[in-house]
Amino acid sequence: MDNKKKRVVVGMSGGVDSSVSALLLKQQGYEVIGVFMKNWDDSDDAGVCTATEDYEDVAKVANKIGIPYYSVNFEKEYWDRVFEYFLDEYRKGRTPNPDVMCNKEVKFKAFLDYAEKLNADYIAMGHYAQSFRDDNGVVHLLRGGDANKDQTYFLSTVQQHQLQKALFPIGGMQKSEVRRIAEEAGLATAKKKDSTGVCFIGERNFRKFLGEFLPAQAGTMMTPDGEVKGKHAGLMYYTIGQRSGLGIGGNGKSNEPWFVVGKDMSKNILYVDQGYDNPRLYADHLEASDLSFITGLDYGDEFHCTAKFRYRQQDTGVTVHVLGDGKVSVDFDNPVRAITPGQEVVFFDGEECLGGATIDAAYMKTKKLQYI
Amino acid sequence: MEFTYLDNAATTPMATEVVDVISEQMANNFGNASATNYFGRQARKVLDESRHTIAKSINAKDSEIVFTSGGTESDNTAVIETALSRQKLGKHIITTAVEHEAILKSMAYLETLGFDITYLMPNSRGKITVDQVKSALTDDTILVSIMYGNNETGAKNPISKIGDLLKDHQAFFHTDAVQAYGQEDIDVKAEHIDMMSTSAHKINGPKFIGFLYINDDIHIPSFVKGGDQETKRRAGTENVPAIAGFAQAVKLITPEVKNERRDRYYGFKQKIQEILKTNNVPFEVNGPTDEHALNHVFNLYLPGVDRGVLLTRLDLEQFAVSGGSACTAGSLEPSHVLVAMFGEDSPKVNDSIRISFGKDNTEDEIVKFSNKLVDIIKDLTN
Repeated sequence: MDNKKKRVVVGMSGGVDSSVSALLLKQQGYEVIGVFMKNWDDSDDAGVCTATEDYEDVAKVANKIGIPYYSVNFEKEYWDRVFEYFLDEYRKGRTPNPDVMCNKEVKFKAFLDYAEKLNADYIAMGHYAQSFRDDNGVVHLLRGGDANKDQTYFLSTVQQHQLQKALFPIGGMQKSEVRRIAEEAGLATAKKKDSTGVCFIGERNFRKFLGEFLPAQAGTMMTPDGEVKGKHAGLMYYTIGQRSGLGIGGNGKSNEPWFVVGKDMSKNILYVDQGYDNPRLYADHLEASDLSFITGLDYGDEFHCTAKFRYRQQDTGVTVHVLGDGKVSVDFDNPVRAITPGQEVVFFDGEECLGGATIDAAYMKTKKLQYI
Repeated sequence: MEFTYLDNAATTPMATEVVDVISEQMANNFGNASATNYFGRQARKVLDESRHTIAKSINAKDSEIVFTSGGTESDNTAVIETALSRQKLGKHIITTAVEHEAILKSMAYLETLGFDITYLMPNSRGKITVDQVKSALTDDTILVSIMYGNNETGAKNPISKIGDLLKDHQAFFHTDAVQAYGQEDIDVKAEHIDMMSTSAHKINGPKFIGFLYINDDIHIPSFVKGGDQETKRRAGTENVPAIAGFAQAVKLITPEVKNERRDRYYGFKQKIQEILKTNNVPFEVNGPTDEHALNHVFNLYLPGVDRGVLLTRLDLEQFAVSGGSACTAGSLEPSHVLVAMFGEDSPKVNDSIRISFGKDNTEDEIVKFSNKLVDIIKDLTN
């Protein structure tokens, strides 16, 4: 193997996945450099940044593996390219996906640029996804080996030139196997809890956090028939199909729980209705924009494949109509619940992730659903 | 290939003679210097001899040397204990904006207790003038703490002039000489210094040992509470092996050695500038450009070069330099020294590196380093 001459810069988060990625690459003979990305200034009132613990874990793991480690600050890039987008989407009443944007703008852009300045041949992180280079040198993105952890949904906007530079050392593994390797190697992160939620919010209260950045405008909560059910705390706090947080019990027509079934941004109204399977939550068609395909290959103006509309969802058969100018319309083989503007629609051909687009609107029987 | 170490202002490698002395003491002289038995006397003998060697090096009396854990403790002690014990005489203190954190954080603490701190701003070369001290001085001033030479830029302050100004004022005069001690010829009496902080590991001695010089004419309480060691000025059993190593490090720096190093380091600065110029790499020196500076410290502004990337590249090529202090998550913070000199919006705050020389550095290493620096900068800016 001539991996010895290849330099891989590994983005190490202080978690078990990227720790094991670094270890495996080192074992495969690469020259491995660990880099901790500091993307968020989370210093508390005492000036202590909570990224400290993660960085210290990176140091422990890197020293255990025997690789140099550094830290890079992408706070500005993250703020400008991910957080501003995040707030902007909420302002529009949509539900953004900062993890998709983080991969697109930070991990596979700012970090890749940085790694290239360090003369890296490849970058790697701890993603549960796989890649495969075909005979023409085109790299294809494949689902992760652990179906429960597959992260291709978050990687759907990655471009071919970025994927060419990416390695996925743990992509084919089960999470349990990754932990076992970490434990056997005595890595400090072997038993570390998986991070949950949006990285920059962490364990904090989501509403409180968002309220610090965006003014919440309380308004009326009503049924689609116009029956007022109470007040909402601000439309940005609610996502289509969400149950919790409505502050109203059962009763009504069916005594079933209440769900968010629509929003009207212009009138600042939140629509709620009863039943998890309420028909107003189902769509059979969507419009999306910012379409991108990972391989850069031409799949034609119309094709059939499967799709996910949110992370960890079962695939649904869809027919994709490429409209040009980054726009795409998608017909579903079967109606899907809670298609949410701001989230990604991600296309798959079997195990391959083809790419995706950002959902703008959902339709049922050609009628646009009042989701923003 | 071997690492070239150019971060000697952060710490220095221990001299082999120092390692030998420490090993010998650790192996054969373990007694507690305060004990009245045979072992205590053996330790006491080495402690006294070491103290004498060190006192002589700054023209102090043996009784004026208080061993501490290093520069930070010496600074904390001098600033905080002076303030707390003299507050009935006034609550005004003068210092500079470019001091080490050990001073600045102590000052910030005193501010929370109601002390009034004046932070003198340096000129664009990083220096403070005696006139600035003069105009800041009031009848309430109880302490003036101004560093001997700066750890980031090498800028030296007019210590003897300030000492002269203060000799008839109630204010105690403290200087942080952590970077200057071992580089400069310091005479605490001639320069009218009341207190001075030093650290052994900056002069090829061991870590976690230093001293605070306290003039016999003044008194401040012990910062560390406990036993009566160091004539009640610093509690805790003395680390005799480390102190013996410190004294050995001091012995190695004869006046000739000091002069040779100053000249050699100044030559290194010229060499680096010459190679950068020859290769059309734009740069500016942050701090003094003449030889009246701490010559082992060299701060360079490299326009448009991200210091984080540059430092990493240099490290991967086995050259160790510094880009300033890092936060606890490892990423570099803007230097408060450069901010004080140029303002926080200046690109110099982020695009500068510090190169600092040590006794073993050779011109050959400096040439190799400079050429590598040129290569990396060209690669990054093309």
